[in-house]
Amino acid sequence: MEHQIVQDASIAEVPVAGPTITARDVNVFYGEKQALFDVSVDINRNSVTSFIGPSGCGKSTFLRCINRMNDTIPICRVTGDIRLDGENIYDTDLDVVELRARVGMVFQKPNPFPKSIYENVAYGPRIHGLTRSKKELDELVESCLEKAGLLKEVHDRLDEPGTGLSGGQQQRLCIARAIATRPEVILMDEPCSALDPIATAKVEELMDELKANYTIIIVTHSMQQAARVSQRTAFFHLGKLVEVGDTRQIFTNPRNKRTQDYITGRFG
Amino acid sequence: MKYSAIVLAVLVVAAIAFVVAIARARAAQQGGSVKMHSRIGYYGWYAAIWTLLPALFLVFVWVVVEPIGLSRLIRAELPDNFHTLNAAQRSLIVGQIETISEGLSLLDPAGLDTLKKARLGFKPMSEAQQVLKDQGIVLGSAPEGYAVTAAVKLRDAREWSRMILAGLVGLVVLAGFAYSISSIRPRLRARNFVERVTLGGLIAASLVAILTTLGIVLSVLFETIHFFKLVSLSNFFLGTVWDPRFSAAGSGGAEGQFGLLPLLWGTLFISFVALAVAVPVGLFAAIYMSEYASQRVRNFAKPALEVLAGIPTIVYGFFALITFGPMLRDLGAMVGLNIAATSVLSAGIVMGVMIIPFVSSLSDDIISAVPQSLREGSYGLGATQSETIKRVIVPAALPGIVGAILLAASRAIGETMIVVLAAGIAANLTLNPFEPVTTITVKIVSQLTGDLEFDSPQTLVAFALGLTLFIITLALNVYALYIVRKYREQYE
Amino acid sequence: MTIEATSGIEHHASRLNDPAKLKTRYASEARFRAYGIIALGIALAFLAGLFFSIISNGWSAFLQSEYRLDIYLDPAEIDPEGKRDVTRFGLADYTKMARAALSKAIDLPEKQDRAMKRDLKELLSRAVDVQIRDTVVADPSLIGKTVPIWLLAAGDVDSLLKGAIDRNVPEERRQLNNRQLQWVDKLAADSVLQKRFNSGLFTFGASSQPESSGLAVALIGSFFMMLTVALLAVPIGVAAAAYLEEFAPKSFWTDVIEVNINNLAAVPSIVFGLLGLAVFINFAGLPRSASIVGGLVLTLMTLPTIIIATRAAIRAVPPSIREAALGVGASKIQTLFHHTLPLAFPGIMTGTIVGLVQALGETAPLLMIGMVAFVVDIPTTATEPATALPVQIYMWATSAERGFVERTAGATIVLLGFLFVMNAAAVYLRRKFERKW
Repeated sequence: MEHQIVQDASIAEVPVAGPTITARDVNVFYGEKQALFDVSVDINRNSVTSFIGPSGCGKSTFLRCINRMNDTIPICRVTGDIRLDGENIYDTDLDVVELRARVGMVFQKPNPFPKSIYENVAYGPRIHGLTRSKKELDELVESCLEKAGLLKEVHDRLDEPGTGLSGGQQQRLCIARAIATRPEVILMDEPCSALDPIATAKVEELMDELKANYTIIIVTHSMQQAARVSQRTAFFHLGKLVEVGDTRQIFTNPRNKRTQDYITGRFG
Repeated sequence: MKYSAIVLAVLVVAAIAFVVAIARARAAQQGGSVKMHSRIGYYGWYAAIWTLLPALFLVFVWVVVEPIGLSRLIRAELPDNFHTLNAAQRSLIVGQIETISEGLSLLDPAGLDTLKKARLGFKPMSEAQQVLKDQGIVLGSAPEGYAVTAAVKLRDAREWSRMILAGLVGLVVLAGFAYSISSIRPRLRARNFVERVTLGGLIAASLVAILTTLGIVLSVLFETIHFFKLVSLSNFFLGTVWDPRFSAAGSGGAEGQFGLLPLLWGTLFISFVALAVAVPVGLFAAIYMSEYASQRVRNFAKPALEVLAGIPTIVYGFFALITFGPMLRDLGAMVGLNIAATSVLSAGIVMGVMIIPFVSSLSDDIISAVPQSLREGSYGLGATQSETIKRVIVPAALPGIVGAILLAASRAIGETMIVVLAAGIAANLTLNPFEPVTTITVKIVSQLTGDLEFDSPQTLVAFALGLTLFIITLALNVYALYIVRKYREQYE
Repeated sequence: MTIEATSGIEHHASRLNDPAKLKTRYASEARFRAYGIIALGIALAFLAGLFFSIISNGWSAFLQSEYRLDIYLDPAEIDPEGKRDVTRFGLADYTKMARAALSKAIDLPEKQDRAMKRDLKELLSRAVDVQIRDTVVADPSLIGKTVPIWLLAAGDVDSLLKGAIDRNVPEERRQLNNRQLQWVDKLAADSVLQKRFNSGLFTFGASSQPESSGLAVALIGSFFMMLTVALLAVPIGVAAAAYLEEFAPKSFWTDVIEVNINNLAAVPSIVFGLLGLAVFINFAGLPRSASIVGGLVLTLMTLPTIIIATRAAIRAVPPSIREAALGVGASKIQTLFHHTLPLAFPGIMTGTIVGLVQALGETAPLLMIGMVAFVVDIPTTATEPATALPVQIYMWATSAERGFVERTAGATIVLLGFLFVMNAAAVYLRRKFERKW
């Protein structure tokens, strides 16, 4: 039984009721060591959800489960059930490559390919065959750079290497690259931790714009950032999901004592 | 029919399959309204692989199996007294049959007729030989009748075999072609298939290394066992005389003496001299470069030492032969020493220089890997730099340095060209470094250059020597690499 | 107690400041440093000595003494029937014509006794016969004319001109007698005998005479072998390295492969020769002395080097690049071929060149598979008999004639020249594409 692979880009733009991602009882093991315990959470469509918690709490591990990046670590084992639009992403019949096109990712450190700016953005559409002509590809690249708020800065030097940009520009290039495969979900793993405050502000602003079309999940160390950009917040601690809810509620009226201790700075 | 023709045909069909598959995939796409699982190109590769791989595998099997079958066939054709001949004569006749069968295709009808008449005894065989010679096929002697008969049989059998192969390959190619083209659908995971095949190719490539080792061990072991059927173990391992008289095979009697000990002694003696040069020089050079030398000196000296490692050993050998050996002899004569032009000393010293970089560059890495904190701890107690090196750094790096020295020793033991040119060829159990000795590697070379007969102990002994050499160096290497790895882990 | 302790400290302190003790410590420091410099000096001096010895012995191999003689191509001798039949040309006695021309150049009388004829003939290389014949075969219209041709001098004459034969040695022990010396001096003074660039070193095949032997067969053989190594070892090595580095699960078997490759890199090269002899020649029945067999043996030998270098180059590509590619939905194979391998390419190239350098200089395994052969004809395919550059050096080094020492050193210079160029290319690549992540 082959899964449904035809993915219309317009889906993401039409608000559909109900969550995009539903995770139930997710456990992750690195060899013998268990890194994540029974995590169950729903991620809302077209909104920003942030994962917060102290270092090593499992928030990045969980993020990497959503596009199965953990598959690249040989000793890593995932159990439980994660569904994207109702479809089990750990189904053996699902092509992980298709999944990653639908769930884009932006990494902690900007990691543009050592190629031109144009090639960086065009790579995803190329390998997935999303465009049929050079002109179409050009348009796609420009629109992605535009959406990432980078086009104005780089429109006259698309042939220059992406690695020559500043850190903040590189990270926005990576965001442009991620949205070029027309994903529904974008995962961001501490996308601003290597950036200065001005670049950070730009990326945050960008997230706010992108959430109209994409479901965004961001892992962050900074509670202020979580409070600024996200609608919902999930707090992880020691591999467990402690509390998840409306960002405002989490920061003003946490139900759990540990959450309160963390956001008031008692540990972390 | 030649293999190359068959393979070429298969390649052509595969190329066609590639093009057809792409066209089919384009059609299935219906102008872009249907999303294909993989990019169009992958469907082409998918079909090409299905067409190509099974057929190539079949050809490969044929290449391996056909000669075995054909040689059985020839043997059945030969008279009984053939089996009483010795190996050289047998291989001569088999070779002659092979040559004639290849020549048959060049002959015109008249020539074939001559051959037939000669075979049946109506014409002398020398005439058949002449007919073949006119076509450029030179036979050493006039063939026997049965050889011509066997050659004709061989030719026919080979033609049949190739016809069958061509038929089978045709079937397999067409089946692969039909299957792959008909299975092209939007949902076909062509990319995954192509990638699995690619991964298979990568795995196969990494197995080549294993096969090489296996090939070395098995081939050398096989011939060594063969050798020990002819010569006793004690003659080889305990004998102190090396005198493998080159007698013609089959002449019987004279077995020769294959004592390993003088060769082993020569090998170890020369390696010892080499290490006596390389270890102090290499170690001090490494210490100087990693602890004392300025960046400028390092930038110059490190590559210069590596040049020593990059010079082919034949060049060292030649240098020892024409310059260093005679120079040592003259120096010796000045102080009243009688040093032979090819001696343990000259070969050992030149080899020592050759392995300096093996000691120095690995030691340099190892000394540099000693944590700075150890040095600072020592300086903090008021130790001088040399005291720190002698008391702290070298002891800490010792296991790694020992590993480096063992690797260098293994190089020295397995080194061939320097000793071939500079050590001498007479097996000599001596303690005098001014005399020539010979080594295992020298004897492998001298036993295997010239005419080879794979059933005489004179040839086979080289494999027994090779196995000895392989085992000694393998043991040294495994142990040295183990030590070095252990050492690295310690500071990681 | 207290007093004792105090004095103890004082005592200790005074020992530390003992100037004599400190002096010996510093002296030992200086000695230790000197050992290092001496060690480095020994190694470098040896290197310099080696190069000096090779170059001083070998530079003259690039020059060759030749006579410029006006040869009368006598139709009566070459083509008595006047049919211009090429096969007939081979029967003529060209040495006689060359001798006549030489005698004319020295101004000797027409009438000569046997000893004089012999002395004259000894000044010419035995290869002059072939040289003149080749001229005639190339252009039969020259028959009957007197044409100037450059002809090889005998090896002894060449040695004399290069100063390798001592004129002060008594005549009976000298290779050339007094009369011959006189003639040679006259010819040299008249510029009939000159030292010219030795193109024969690169165009001749094997010969028993030093002056007419060259490296052509060895160069072609080495070229075929390098080609085989590059075509086989590079793809196999890169594929193996890519698998081991990017795909192989950590298991017993991959450990075995790993240890195995490291050991193969240290197996004596002569053992690879035994493998080649037993497997490729004795078992698979490939021809002896063929460069394809040499290439196969060298491929197996070079493989570990290329694998180890490629693995290092692949490992140097930061994981973030792989993550980025996987993150946009590239498969692992696509990531490898689109990103990792292209980025590792300079490293792979450097490793490949290092492997080729090693293969080009390797001699011992080639001796095993019969590359020690007297091959006159230049091979045109990889299955014909050939030799290799280092094997040619070995063969010349073990030849008795004085003239071969110079040739050997000359061939060594050629070999080292190739190695130098290849290493320089590797260094250039490394510098040019060096990337700091």
